[in-house]
Amino acid sequence: MIALLLRDLKLAFRAGGGFGLGLAFFLIVTVLVPFSVGPQSSLLSIIAPGVLWLGALLACLLSLDRLLALDWEDGSLDLLATAPLPLEAVVAVKSLAHWLTTGLPLVLVAPLLGVMLNLPETGFTWLVVSLLIGTPALSVIGTFGAAITVGLKRGGLLLSLLVLPLYVPTLIFGAEVARRGATGTELETPLLLLAGITTATIALLPFASAAVLKINLR
Amino acid sequence: MTITAKANSLWEYANPRKFLATSERLLPFFWLASTTCLVVGLVWGFFFTPDDYKQGSTVKIIYLHVPSALMAINCWLMMLAASLIWLVRRHHVSALAARAAAPVGIVFTLVALVTGAIWGQPMWGSWWAWDPRLTSFLILFLFYLGYVALWEAIEDPDTAADLTSVLCLVGSVFAILSRYAVNFWNQGLHQGASVMRVAAVTGSDTEEKVSNIYFFPLMLCIVGFVLLFIALVLYRTCTEIRARRIKALLARERANA
Repeated sequence: MIALLLRDLKLAFRAGGGFGLGLAFFLIVTVLVPFSVGPQSSLLSIIAPGVLWLGALLACLLSLDRLLALDWEDGSLDLLATAPLPLEAVVAVKSLAHWLTTGLPLVLVAPLLGVMLNLPETGFTWLVVSLLIGTPALSVIGTFGAAITVGLKRGGLLLSLLVLPLYVPTLIFGAEVARRGATGTELETPLLLLAGITTATIALLPFASAAVLKINLR
Repeated sequence: MTITAKANSLWEYANPRKFLATSERLLPFFWLASTTCLVVGLVWGFFFTPDDYKQGSTVKIIYLHVPSALMAINCWLMMLAASLIWLVRRHHVSALAARAAAPVGIVFTLVALVTGAIWGQPMWGSWWAWDPRLTSFLILFLFYLGYVALWEAIEDPDTAADLTSVLCLVGSVFAILSRYAVNFWNQGLHQGASVMRVAAVTGSDTEEKVSNIYFFPLMLCIVGFVLLFIALVLYRTCTEIRARRIKALLARERANA
């Protein structure tokens, strides 16, 4: 498992990997927002949590079609499927690698972009916490979508269409935590619900993803 | 097991030929019954019920809005059941029925959204509001779109049936999750459940409810929509079975030639 994780990480960091892609996209989105809505800092500080969450979600979405498709194309997915490691574990490791290369950098960059969007001071901790808790769910759900569309020639559009409604609950609760953190109101309920979604998806979805992948590899 | 051994079990209809023969016989009745219910219900509703004292004649859009919204959800439930049957028992008719139902569900969802917008404009002053019910229906619509797109994208029918079934299962969980998430996120303009409450029928509660004058034509419309849904799905499933057969025949011919 660790070998597979290291391999995926190495592939992502080397040239042609997807490492910088999500991060660059996140930067572009958040930097462009003030140009499109205007520079008033009061307005920006209201929408900052939502914009950051949306940017992170879209950045995750962008890198999903590389998640399994590359391994599918060069045949290493077939090898992984016949390896002694259960396919569920393979899928889980893939999600973890995706999170480490996409989700985690986003979480680390988010406070910096929060400064640019004039996020209120109280909001930073909760923004980071909500992203830290929420982005693993995005990776795991995304892996499921990638597993469904892996055999298709142009699966990118379909992948977004399938994953988009699945992302809705995570986005709602995650952005709610960040928003309430910024305004300093009570946020225990959305935080717990967000954590619940993440843990449940991590526990259950790899099985669905592996089942789907088995069908696709048949 | 006794269920499978019995001569007249429900699973016999998993045989395509049996299914075709039976639905062929039943279809005219369903068409007739649904048309009758809809014509009577809609005419009654549109022309023989009084205008609402607050909403005027716009209230009559309820005869299209409520039944289609109801069937949009029930259609998804039917697809869920059919997907489960396909995954567990691998009856092709079941997978084809789920496939056949999806476009019908899309149309019902769209009708519910559009009539809702037309109704909402004079009542709430806007075509669209990010109200929980409206938003959940939009999400349901996206789920339907993704489901149909997945069916269309995959060439091998068995793979497509498997993948869409899993998608339907996972999607259902997330649809329910979204429903409650959206509720949490915004309290809405849309009124609560006001048709199917027992107290609303007997007229004994004081909350918002659908008045008895409107209730009976509405009930007739709902029954009509249910029958229409059954007829459409049966008809489309038969078409799918025939299309599958033609494909098999063509393949056999090519193999012989």
